[in-house]
Amino acid sequence: MSTQLVSERAAVRRRSARARAIAGLGPLTMLGGVAWAFLQPYRITLLHPHGQGFWWLAIEPPLLVVLGGIVFALLIAPGVIEDLEAYEEGR
Amino acid sequence: MRPQAEFVHWMFATGFLLLGLCMLAEAIVGTEVWRRQAWRAYLWPSLIFLLGVLMWPVMVFYTNSTIHVVAHGSWAEALMLAGAAELGLVRGKLHSRYWRLTMPLAFVVSGTAALIHEQNGWFFARAAFLHHALGWTVVVGAIFPLAAAFRPRSPLVNSGYALVFVVVATMLFCDRDVAPIFGHLSSLAGAPHR
Repeated sequence: MSTQLVSERAAVRRRSARARAIAGLGPLTMLGGVAWAFLQPYRITLLHPHGQGFWWLAIEPPLLVVLGGIVFALLIAPGVIEDLEAYEEGR
Repeated sequence: MRPQAEFVHWMFATGFLLLGLCMLAEAIVGTEVWRRQAWRAYLWPSLIFLLGVLMWPVMVFYTNSTIHVVAHGSWAEALMLAGAAELGLVRGKLHSRYWRLTMPLAFVVSGTAALIHEQNGWFFARAAFLHHALGWTVVVGAIFPLAAAFRPRSPLVNSGYALVFVVVATMLFCDRDVAPIFGHLSSLAGAPHR
């Protein structure tokens, strides 16, 4: 089989439900933080920062939820998905 | 410059959220896949141990009565014990599965401490409500780590176990120093500062 066909098959390979679930955890968490920010915009003091200290600017729950989602999506999920796909392919 | 208590709750909430996400990921992919990278095997036990360590400065700087000191100190000890036991199991230094019972013990100790150290009723203020809700959630949620000690491969048990941490994180994120709960705020609680 040519390398071109192999790479094309890899490109169209569909992720398993488990891989999609892992890939979705981070974005779903981020979406939760963004939804919270829309529901309680006054918590996002960055939008009106005058007179605010560090804690009120940086440590707000919606921002922390988004941060948690970003950390998981960027640092943890890719490796887990890679290992899961290797496991499912029997490598 | 010292942050108010609500910020500390929110920072711990972030730790518990990450903990819940990691455990949920492990529940989804299974322990065998999760532990394919050595660092990942240590990730959530280390996080639990770290949360226990960080509870000590909270005990020193944020408690104003003996019962608060005892409650926060017992949380710190219970979390460190559970985290250390899980680390020992992952490393292979500990072999008996009964070491996993340190986690339900930590849940029961933490939940009971939350219930006992909250001296006000449910509707005194939001913080009081959340401490009661957190306490009962953690005490009842102890059933998941208890079940996981005997059914460590069960996706259902492990998902429930992880979701308890996500629920705890959500409640901690909702905490405020002085704020009403469902329209109730005792006049003894003080004025909402924000």
